[in-house]
Amino acid sequence: MESTTATHDDHYHGPASGIRRWLFTTNHKDIGTLYLWFSLIMFFVGGAMAMVIRAELIAPGMNLVDPMFYNQLITVHALVMIFGAVMPAFVGLANWMVPMMIGAPDMALPRMNNWSFWILPIGFTLLLMTFFLPGGAPASGWTIYPPLVLQTGDAFPFLVFSIHVLGISSIMGAMNIIVTIMNLRAPGMGLLKMPIFIWTWLITAYLLIAVMPVLAGAVTMLLTDKYFGTSFFDAAGGGDPVLFQHIFWFFGHPEVYIMILPAFGIISEVIPTFSRKRLFGYEAMVYATAAIAFLSFIVWAHHMFTVGMPIGGLLFFMFTTMLIAVPTGVKIFNWVATMWRGAMTFETPMLFALAFLFLFTIGGFSGLMLAIVPADFQYHDSYFVVAHFHYVLVPGSVFAIMAGVYYWLPKWTGNMYNEFWAKTHFWLTAISVNITFFPQHFVGLAGMPRRIPDYPVQFADWNMVSSLGSFVFGISQLIFVAVIIGCIRGGTRKVDDRVWEGSHGLEWTLPSPAPYHSFDKPPEVR
Amino acid sequence: MFKAKFSGVMRRLSCLALAAGLMIPGTAFAFREGINLPEGVTSISSDIYGLHMLIFWIVVVIGVLVFGAMIISIFLHRKSRGVKPATFHHNTTVEVIWTAIPFLILVGMAIPASQALIEIEDYRDYDMSITVTASQWQWHYEYRGEDVAFYSRLDAKSNAARQLRDRRTVDPEEVDNYLLSVDNKVVVPVDQKVLLLLTADDVIHAWWVPELGGKKDAIPGFVNEMWFEITEPGIYRGQCAELCGRDHAFMPIVVKAVEQDEYEEWLEEQREQTADSGDAADDQVTALDVAR
Ligand SMILES: [Cu+2]
Repeated sequence: MESTTATHDDHYHGPASGIRRWLFTTNHKDIGTLYLWFSLIMFFVGGAMAMVIRAELIAPGMNLVDPMFYNQLITVHALVMIFGAVMPAFVGLANWMVPMMIGAPDMALPRMNNWSFWILPIGFTLLLMTFFLPGGAPASGWTIYPPLVLQTGDAFPFLVFSIHVLGISSIMGAMNIIVTIMNLRAPGMGLLKMPIFIWTWLITAYLLIAVMPVLAGAVTMLLTDKYFGTSFFDAAGGGDPVLFQHIFWFFGHPEVYIMILPAFGIISEVIPTFSRKRLFGYEAMVYATAAIAFLSFIVWAHHMFTVGMPIGGLLFFMFTTMLIAVPTGVKIFNWVATMWRGAMTFETPMLFALAFLFLFTIGGFSGLMLAIVPADFQYHDSYFVVAHFHYVLVPGSVFAIMAGVYYWLPKWTGNMYNEFWAKTHFWLTAISVNITFFPQHFVGLAGMPRRIPDYPVQFADWNMVSSLGSFVFGISQLIFVAVIIGCIRGGTRKVDDRVWEGSHGLEWTLPSPAPYHSFDKPPEVR
Repeated sequence: MFKAKFSGVMRRLSCLALAAGLMIPGTAFAFREGINLPEGVTSISSDIYGLHMLIFWIVVVIGVLVFGAMIISIFLHRKSRGVKPATFHHNTTVEVIWTAIPFLILVGMAIPASQALIEIEDYRDYDMSITVTASQWQWHYEYRGEDVAFYSRLDAKSNAARQLRDRRTVDPEEVDNYLLSVDNKVVVPVDQKVLLLLTADDVIHAWWVPELGGKKDAIPGFVNEMWFEITEPGIYRGQCAELCGRDHAFMPIVVKAVEQDEYEEWLEEQREQTADSGDAADDQVTALDVAR
């Protein structure tokens, strides 16, 4: 492959045409695009469920849906948003950006890459079709605790199998990312020269491989409990329902970081670019990420402080959970130090990154409060928890994804998106997300349990505020779609290779739009 | 019916608009609910409230510092002011400082939290105990050693108001303590350490009365403990806090705390009622018995 001119040799090929391009593609950009569109569609599917949930909760009384259907909605809303919207978005960004950021032509395992995407729609077809089965969709909450989940109707085996499929997809995606990062880095790019986004994804991929099989084991045990007479989680047969919660959260807590570490990576790329200053404390950032990943394995029981644990267990999980605030704080401080005495501009990716910084920190604060066991006895399973995890997931993970999309979209398409409408999208989103979720702290503290379709009248006012905010949030996302489509169709202008004045890293040395195969020849890394 | 409901929404909307217009919360329009944890009526609930406020103010102070630095930076260090970006990107000393200081703050939080926890987890020396058995969707209370036992369900008025809109005969807004009223209240004496032994018949539930401090899961096949000692007579309301199926929102908990002599009278009344209605209570095999 010593071609130095614009003419290509026989091995070079562009995309196939039509549907075959997408079905059979092994190209990291095509697959990244598929992941990102899939994620966007799922964001709207899960979002539509959230709109029904908030419409039901706009006033006391059962106004719209049956309580059972409400429970189905909260369950599938969570599963769709976690496994369908947030995780595939990060995998899509990894597919697009990992080869471009490490100087590789493509992902290391392109055929597996195709497969890991295409089983996702299969998994979600299995999950979403349960709405049309007798007994409806799973209604046990996404945490699928037994014995309640064993009361699920015909949807139950579909739920289990769809989780298996989604898990296989995640594991294959994670293996691909690890192999790519470990083997295809440009010469000279040592581990501690990798961009932070690569670091966070490398660590995330290991977390995925470590915990997705645990979830698969847990749901398989549920399956055998229901159909094959085992009693892992049934006290009448010598089992223990709480055992499931331990296994589930051993998966579930690292899962939380699977959804936030790549977000940290994106923010660590965006803030230096628009501050025109290098990331402060690169090595500290890497070590903090690794520390968070390690701690994520030893804090799981803080999701279940009220199951009746020995005091030694309560204290241990309280202390380890509080400890997570240290590396997380280090990250926040380093981002602020990166901005400090920079020369900032406020294009849309930077606006989302700054909103992330403010609002994720608020989610971190409520997380710290939740770590305090006695206080958690009050907060647990109240709307305070709902407010907390939506603060870390929506203005946390989702804002980081949006920052990443706006940041790299010009590189992907060669066109600049419409800055006016992107900023409109940002401000509507950032304001409405607070109107939606901040009041949920209030009703939670005042005593409103989570996962209820109807509530005592004294919670009515803040719930209405929250519902109105959520409708604005939902509608605002249509602007996001319009801006993306507008950009793909030509945008406001052509962009140069660097796109942003302060851009840094290998991806900005490629032409815009990036060529079908990223680096034919490994670039030099000093 | 639809119109009535719609006018309720409109009424609240116009109140909201008014509040937003005046921007003086609390004067023009008072939100009905509290926005904070209740201090409650037990030593546990007030301990938790103190801990909650302590940590709240600590994070407020940290937030003011961090957000303050961010806001200063956003205003001063912007390109439009013509600044040149600095080139520093590493400083081991500050990394050590901002690792160590948060750690020390956390130790400062952990000490009172652990003390409170040790106190809460002390189940010894209780004065009386009640076995609480949850099921879909009601609570069963058995006063241990008193020969008093009964079910507690959502009261009829709330039940009529919680039907789907076109079927309901009562507007939820017109029900006193909507979804927080039961047919049979749990009556307990004040200034007595009451131990609850929690279990469930079918799925996991959780017993939560915010003013008594904290909640505990009721798990089929297992027995969990929690306790409270109420200092003020009164009626305290809560709800099931663990998703337990279709009517999870409709199995409230109401505790009535009374003076000791009134409690004795109530017990006597209950025993008479039980005797009148045959041995209904004896037929109820609780999961606690099964677990043994
Ligand atoms: Cu319940």
